[in-house]
Amino acid sequence: MRRAILALTLAFAGVASPLSAQGMLRLATTTSTQDSGLLGAILPDFERVCACRVSVIAVGSGQALEIGRRGDADVLLVHSRKAEDLFVAEGHARARFDVMYNDFVLVGPAGDPAKAGGTRLAREAFAAIARAAAPFASRGDKSGTHVVEQETWAAAQVAPVPPWYRSLGQGMGETLMFAQEQQAYTLTDRATWMALRGRLPALRVWLGGDNPAENSDPRLRNQYGVLAVSPDRHPGVNAVLAGRFVDWLLSPPTQRIIGEFGISRFGQPLFRPNAAVK
Amino acid sequence: MSGLPGPDLLEIVALTLGVSGAALCIATLAGVPLGAVLGLVHFRGQRLVTLALYTGMGLPPVVVGLFTYLALSRSGVLGSLDWLFTPRAMVAAQAVIAFPLVAGLTMSAVAAVEKPVRQQVIALGASRWQAALTVLLEARIGVTAAIVAAFGGIISEVGAVMLVGGNIEGETRVLTTAIVVYTRQGDFAMAMALGLTLIVVTFVANVLLLQLQGRLRDR
Amino acid sequence: MAAPEPLYRLEQVRQQYGGRVVLDIGHLDIARGETLAVIGPSGAGKTTLLRLLQFLEPPSSGALWFDGGRIDAQPPLPVRRRVSTVFQRPVVLNRSVRANLAYGLRVRGRHEDRKEIDDLLDALGLAPLAQAHARGLSGGEIQRVAVGRALAFDPDVLLLDEPTANLDPRNVRLVEDLIRQRHARGATIVVATHQIFQARRLADRIALVLDGQIVEVGPTSEMLDRPRDPRTRAFVSGEMIY
Repeated sequence: MRRAILALTLAFAGVASPLSAQGMLRLATTTSTQDSGLLGAILPDFERVCACRVSVIAVGSGQALEIGRRGDADVLLVHSRKAEDLFVAEGHARARFDVMYNDFVLVGPAGDPAKAGGTRLAREAFAAIARAAAPFASRGDKSGTHVVEQETWAAAQVAPVPPWYRSLGQGMGETLMFAQEQQAYTLTDRATWMALRGRLPALRVWLGGDNPAENSDPRLRNQYGVLAVSPDRHPGVNAVLAGRFVDWLLSPPTQRIIGEFGISRFGQPLFRPNAAVK
Repeated sequence: MSGLPGPDLLEIVALTLGVSGAALCIATLAGVPLGAVLGLVHFRGQRLVTLALYTGMGLPPVVVGLFTYLALSRSGVLGSLDWLFTPRAMVAAQAVIAFPLVAGLTMSAVAAVEKPVRQQVIALGASRWQAALTVLLEARIGVTAAIVAAFGGIISEVGAVMLVGGNIEGETRVLTTAIVVYTRQGDFAMAMALGLTLIVVTFVANVLLLQLQGRLRDR
Repeated sequence: MAAPEPLYRLEQVRQQYGGRVVLDIGHLDIARGETLAVIGPSGAGKTTLLRLLQFLEPPSSGALWFDGGRIDAQPPLPVRRRVSTVFQRPVVLNRSVRANLAYGLRVRGRHEDRKEIDDLLDALGLAPLAQAHARGLSGGEIQRVAVGRALAFDPDVLLLDEPTANLDPRNVRLVEDLIRQRHARGATIVVATHQIFQARRLADRIALVLDGQIVEVGPTSEMLDRPRDPRTRAFVSGEMIY
């Protein structure tokens, strides 16, 4: 009994000891960058360079920006351009920078009940889905993916409603699982699709092609941006490390590594680097 | 994918036990005395306090997590503590979740035995303090049940620790949030393995708790 | 020669709950070392009287003296501890029989004499159950535990509310022997009972309570054989079947 208490106390002590604030960078990002394995592949390099530790909080873009808005993270890596611009305009970050991009694709059941496969633009495909009242799964979580999906509905001049439209409020993986189970269409980022397609035998790509070059709809481009939270608005953030992270992320060597990530496994990179050349 | 099952699993289990164990200790140290007092004493406004506790018992953990997040955020009241996205925030949130459970169930366990036992032991010469302690001892089965229930509740919750901990690999990832990650990635096999681990861990913890109850009984 | 001061004196003591008067005693003295039986039908107020004597509640009006001192709402702990009660429906604690018996000693901080407890267990026929969990016992066994528990710390005053209601004749005998033993040691004893024969066996005096009032009180033989009040005669003869 006493030993149990001792063990518990030790566990608690370990649990309670705070990490040194100096050597820690808090990165709020989206589930797609973490779940694809990209961060796991490139972050150790940064940690070596800065002799620090990067804590990754992976949520939707909406939540990541809100975390940044509260000053609870030091740097953000998200893909929601309009929201990022607003973030900067509000003064929570001094600037945003392009990092990399990939694209969104429309996947759906192999039978393609809505005949989405014949369309060239996402808004046409969405209109077809609405006309057919075919099942559609939405992330519904204000993530970058969700935002693009909503913009596409708006462009198609359709207000999607249940029962054929399902808003899940979950991440991309869960949403794809749902689509697989329910034989539904969904809009997904290509990286997650490639990583999970082995488990999604009922689904096929109906708009977007096999790689971003084949994607017929330019509005499906998915741009990732990095923002260092501004110390002017949030004095508690680790601005120094955040700045170094941004520089490192945009540097040619890192950009090259990003561009190679996924080739061996998928035949194409999951993310295409496009940081502005300094 | 990041995260090998082997050594990381031990880390995750240790953190799970550390966080929920610490939260349970806090909730017990605060909740049992309060629940005992509420069960023993009759005071004005008792119904209101009881209602508050019962409501607290039914609070969804994710709601507690949200409020804790807002409080611990750097733009929140307690932001200067710098607890957010560390295990301390998780302990805090889970302690808040467990507390009404412990206090409320202790209160009803004590109230159930209070009147007849208290009268009896007063007539046998117990002082007010001794009577209160005896009543508490008589209620010990109900009290340990309260603690066991609270532990089961917090070790299996995911909403609060996800929000205030951030599910940071190597820092704030516990069994439940790890299950979420693997489920999200479609790795159901791994998620199931973690789920079974959680069940085993909970089982062992409950065995220990019940042993403690047995020791008390033999006094 | 002046009679020694009574241990208890009750003057104009009334007890009411809500608007209902359950006890109304003009005057009652209880002498040191005597055994008083309080008889009467159920609901007459016997239990209420015992509760007052145990200081569990103060009377709504009137005065109560104990050992020469006026008793206010809450007598000090040492005074309270001189009196012990066996309730009509006793509550045993969730522990062993032996631990139950020792409870009164423990709260008084007195060392538990194993031999004395053993003797008490033997006297009550509870020796084989010493280690048993008290909660699991039968009604009659629980009653005997309650008696033993009340006696273990040798109180000055022993109050018993229907102490043998659940017992078979053999156990009734065991309990009554113990009561007599304590009487011999000088304890003051008040027994509430509706068993006339028990009153005759144990008591020096008998008080009859009807509807909260003491109808008559007097020495045992007088009360039973030559009662003055017709109600006493009626009650006593009506209960002769006991």
